[in-house]
Amino acid sequence: MRAQFVLSEIGVGLRRNLTMTIAVVVSVALSLALAGASLLVRDQVNSMKGYWYDKVEVSIYFCTKADQHGSPQCSTGAATDDQVKDVKSQLDKMPLVQSATYESSAEAFQRFKQTNPDNPLLAAVGAESMPQSWRVKLTDPTRYDVIQSAFAGKAGVKSVEDQRKILENLFGLLNGLQTAAFVIMVLMLFVALLLIVNTVRVSAFSRRRETGIMRLVGASNFYVQMPFIAEAAFAALLGAALASVLLLGGHFFVQGWLAKKVLFIHFIGLSSVLAVIPLLVVVGMGMAGIAAFFTLRKYLKV
Amino acid sequence: MIRFDNVSKTYPKQNRPALDNVSLEIEKGEFVFLVGSSGSGKSTFLRLCLREERPSTGAVHVLGKDLGKLSNWKVPHMRRQLGTVFQDFRLLPNKTVGQNVAFALEVIGKPKSAINKVVPEVLDLVGLGGKEDRMPGELSGGEQQRVAIARAFVNRPMLLIADEPTGNLDPQNSVGIMKLLDRINRTGTTVLMATHDQAIVDQMRKRVIELDKGLLVRDQARGVYGYQS
Repeated sequence: MRAQFVLSEIGVGLRRNLTMTIAVVVSVALSLALAGASLLVRDQVNSMKGYWYDKVEVSIYFCTKADQHGSPQCSTGAATDDQVKDVKSQLDKMPLVQSATYESSAEAFQRFKQTNPDNPLLAAVGAESMPQSWRVKLTDPTRYDVIQSAFAGKAGVKSVEDQRKILENLFGLLNGLQTAAFVIMVLMLFVALLLIVNTVRVSAFSRRRETGIMRLVGASNFYVQMPFIAEAAFAALLGAALASVLLLGGHFFVQGWLAKKVLFIHFIGLSSVLAVIPLLVVVGMGMAGIAAFFTLRKYLKV
Repeated sequence: MIRFDNVSKTYPKQNRPALDNVSLEIEKGEFVFLVGSSGSGKSTFLRLCLREERPSTGAVHVLGKDLGKLSNWKVPHMRRQLGTVFQDFRLLPNKTVGQNVAFALEVIGKPKSAINKVVPEVLDLVGLGGKEDRMPGELSGGEQQRVAIARAFVNRPMLLIADEPTGNLDPQNSVGIMKLLDRINRTGTTVLMATHDQAIVDQMRKRVIELDKGLLVRDQARGVYGYQS
């Protein structure tokens, strides 16, 4: 079988069916772009989880003098040095605790000044109103409840706070986006499949004379079906290329614009996008080829 | 070459079989006319020979193979060993005469050099030498049928099956086609031809097989179209 002959047949077939080919290319492109986006959002969430969970700590805040009236657990007044040391020795005994660092009231005040330089409260409060705390890093950040139950309500401890909770909302939103992209992708993929099946059917019908003659002179099934399968796969390849362009465009939009506005998120790099592209090409072409093959089994009998 | 053993073919949702318990044998090198009115089973007979249908009962042997037992993927290979010609020529209108003949070789994967060599040869043989670059639409019906015969014969098949090859042609062109088929037959190729053309059958004096309502009613060595009284 000569490649040149086959390629010219594919070209003729695609041009003869141009509008349908465009519809296939666009719908494959959209569904694959959504599939890619969904994969990339998952990567993004995973990388953010890794990045942030590595940094999050559980904070055990101690009572300050100011808490004596506002909070019932601090009715005995500011925490004593013994109480602070007691918590530390207890933390050291727990295997779950990777490390614990002490932050004094003065350090906490410094940090607050740095992160909120324009806050009007700065004028009103001094170092003594900031609570001292143990910043505890866990070997397994998800088991925050162990620390919570061990230290909440202990003498001198005002509260136990898990920074992870703040991030959960963000991750929830991203997971929701990922699910939405996935659902739309499945629908688009379904539409693309129907279009491919229909295109192949029309194509087979419009060339029934050629295929009839091919069968007559003893062309193998593979030879008769190959141009149709190759056509569908080629249209899917164009769709995958378009989807890749869309994803890259999205990537440069995120890196060039969004990354400058949203500083607290570390966005995934170009390499992740490039890693998704071959997957899109394989999935797109495979899907189209298989769809064409099964359509032809029905419309091109021996 | 062709052997039918008690072959019956009943199409789905039809009461009367299209072919009813037909047994016959066609030897290598024979020239056989298949006659009968419309609906007599001629087309079914040919379709069974081409393995476009399978018999309901009985066995069809073509070129030594039991077509009922031939698996689907082997069918193309079997068809390469026989040539087929039809009443409606079945040429590709957007390809030239040469390309139409070459198409039969291209789809079975013959190399370009071999194709370039044999296509002019076979066109010479059918009397269309020098017309490679004409389009089928520019040719007369008789010439188009010659192109179809060239395509059927380009692989030098052992068996040529023709379904009313002169059905669309005037008597003069029909004679030309018959002379061509006779020449092909003389090279050793078995020819099986279904026809309605009484003059041709009477003139050629070849073996005649007549079907009527699916039954084999006549098998005559040097026959004519109608019954001889």
